[in-house]
Amino acid sequence: MKDVKVLGPGCKRCDAAVQMVQDAAAQAGMPVTVSKVTDYAAIAGYGIAATPGIVVDGKVVHAGGLPKPADLARWLAG
Amino acid sequence: MSVSGGISPARHAALVWLAGCAAGLAAWALAYSQLVPVSDWLVSLLPLDRHSRLGEAIAFFLYDVPKVLLLLLLVVFAMGVVRSFFSPQRTRALLAGRRVGAGNVLAAGLGVLTPFCSCSAVPLFIGFVSAGVPLGVTFSFLIAAPMVNEVALGLLFALLGWQVALVYLGFGLAIAITAGWVIGRLHLESWLEPWVLQIHAGPASLEEAAPAWPDRIRAGRDSVHDIVGRVWPWIIAGIAMGALIHGYAPAELLASIMGKEAWWSVPAAVLVGIPMYSNAAGIIPVVEALLGKGAALGTVLAFMMSVIALSLPELIILRKVLSPKLIAVFVAVVGAGILAVGFLFNLLFA
Repeated sequence: MKDVKVLGPGCKRCDAAVQMVQDAAAQAGMPVTVSKVTDYAAIAGYGIAATPGIVVDGKVVHAGGLPKPADLARWLAG
Repeated sequence: MSVSGGISPARHAALVWLAGCAAGLAAWALAYSQLVPVSDWLVSLLPLDRHSRLGEAIAFFLYDVPKVLLLLLLVVFAMGVVRSFFSPQRTRALLAGRRVGAGNVLAAGLGVLTPFCSCSAVPLFIGFVSAGVPLGVTFSFLIAAPMVNEVALGLLFALLGWQVALVYLGFGLAIAITAGWVIGRLHLESWLEPWVLQIHAGPASLEEAAPAWPDRIRAGRDSVHDIVGRVWPWIIAGIAMGALIHGYAPAELLASIMGKEAWWSVPAAVLVGIPMYSNAAGIIPVVEALLGKGAALGTVLAFMMSVIALSLPELIILRKVLSPKLIAVFVAVVGAGILAVGFLFNLLFA
């Protein structure tokens, strides 16, 4: 099961990103755990400078703005 | 040449995006060319004397709203495409370890070009400082990013002409560079909140692929959707306010308060502007109307800059990472820069 973390202080876009991850996982029929990381220090620890960020199984795949659905599907499948 | 004889789906999608972009630009040009006839026609439908006060105010409103919205669409779209060439992560890598001085200049320029949303301000600040971008250089970025934004430039261009927009860009950058340099020289790193200093950024593990052209066009469209979708009510409110000033405000009174003769009006404008929260969209139409009534350009520019660049919500967000002392220095340094711009302008264009 893939572990996905959405990095962001809790703005509207971060919530939208969480929703997109869940939708993409449901569409691909893949079980994933999605968690939010809202602590600034923890976010900085991933080395990104823009939010929302997306981490799949410990690897940062996206930072800043909403991801494209096609990319999300690729990251979850990869 | 493709072996299968057809074009690949990716290429097909790219052509659709490019065609959509061209069609959008053509529709824009057509709409813009019809602005005056359409607004004249709308005004003629009203049972009003065109030269009465109410008639003047309504004609102003009906012409300015579509004109401003159209020009803003174009500028925001163009900036969205330009910004797809930049990302906060890449900007940070460019700025890390830069010397004060050249670093401030680069940071202010990148502040204008890098996509930035205010909810990212704190992660960005921490991300920059913990990756070795000097504090003063980080400030140059953080001052330029909100002050010289596409909405401010687009509206100034639409309402006051490209000369004023260009001058605003120049002075905005000058303030960001100088204020960041001053803050850097003061060596205030110890005035950050203690937990910020303990953070060490992880290695930048994200590999960002350069987007293809359809993605850049999409980025332009998305920023139109985001930004114009967010600011249009402000613009309409601002233009309505401007229309009222245009039709009703007594010119002599305004000129005596905000005119060039009243030297104290520049500091007063900065002080009034700091606690006010509007964005460029709401404030610039008002600025245009004030100018029309004899207010001095330096005074209204100072007012506008202090409303946009020094806003309470932004300071509250930054309070998470900056000590109150550092916030006070930030406000004082940027405020002094804005004052200087206001006075200089009134002097130059006297």
